[in-house]
Amino acid sequence: MSAFPLLGPLATGIFGLVVAITVLGAVVAVFTRRIIRAVAGLALCALGLAGLYYFLQSPFLALMEILIYIGAVCVVIVFGIMLSEPDEPALAPAGRRELGWSALALGVSAALGGGVAYVSLHGPWPAPAAAAGDGSVAAIGSALLTTYSLPFELISLVLLVAILGALAIARGGRGAP
Amino acid sequence: MNPALFDRPGVYLAVAAFLLAVGIFGLIQRRTLIGMLIAGELIFSAASLNFMALNRFVAPDPAVGQIAVLFVMGLAAAEVVIALSIIIAVYRNYRSIRVKELAELKG
Repeated sequence: MSAFPLLGPLATGIFGLVVAITVLGAVVAVFTRRIIRAVAGLALCALGLAGLYYFLQSPFLALMEILIYIGAVCVVIVFGIMLSEPDEPALAPAGRRELGWSALALGVSAALGGGVAYVSLHGPWPAPAAAAGDGSVAAIGSALLTTYSLPFELISLVLLVAILGALAIARGGRGAP
Repeated sequence: MNPALFDRPGVYLAVAAFLLAVGIFGLIQRRTLIGMLIAGELIFSAASLNFMALNRFVAPDPAVGQIAVLFVMGLAAAEVVIALSIIIAVYRNYRSIRVKELAELKG
């Protein structure tokens, strides 16, 4: 008997809450009509994912998820919405073809997600034989600068090219009426 | 005794599968470019969650998956920036980002 008998149920409850936040955010992000609500749903989903990363024993990535997804990606998308049109067009009245496409999309995604979920819930996930390293922030940092230094440098190059490309694309044609 | 709910890899992988399914549905269903971009972000998140779950439960070194997820996050950020600048350029030329009206390249 541990010193805190309620710790297990409490952790399970928080885990359920985090999973619910993730699922709800994803559903809102896809099924709502207003695009700005979809962005809010994406932010909610990122918050839930940060909680899941925390349960996976990686508080560093939980922080990074909040910082990058909510702090950068969602804000940039909101700016993009402000510079273009805000709303999804209303559904065409009684569109049989649209309804068929929606049903097809639902079928494809449900089959794929159901299949993957079935495999992941029933598959054997063997525990590793021996743990090497503790996965702390210090271990991540030293691995980034030794084993993974080439991808680390390459991704900084990718980000630089992305910044320059975004500037070049978004700036072109500004003077034209 | 069964392990707690948050100590089973299948639960995380099932949540990731749900995110993947919702993202694919949105990618097919949405009719504006920004909506498709958001659905694509959901698919990226599903991949990251898969990496993290397998990193925690199966991989011997728990730093590798975290580094992979960091790279995925960086690439996702770069992708969002490029996609939004393309969307803004398209909106400036067409006054619309609805997918149906952007059919000029279609043969």
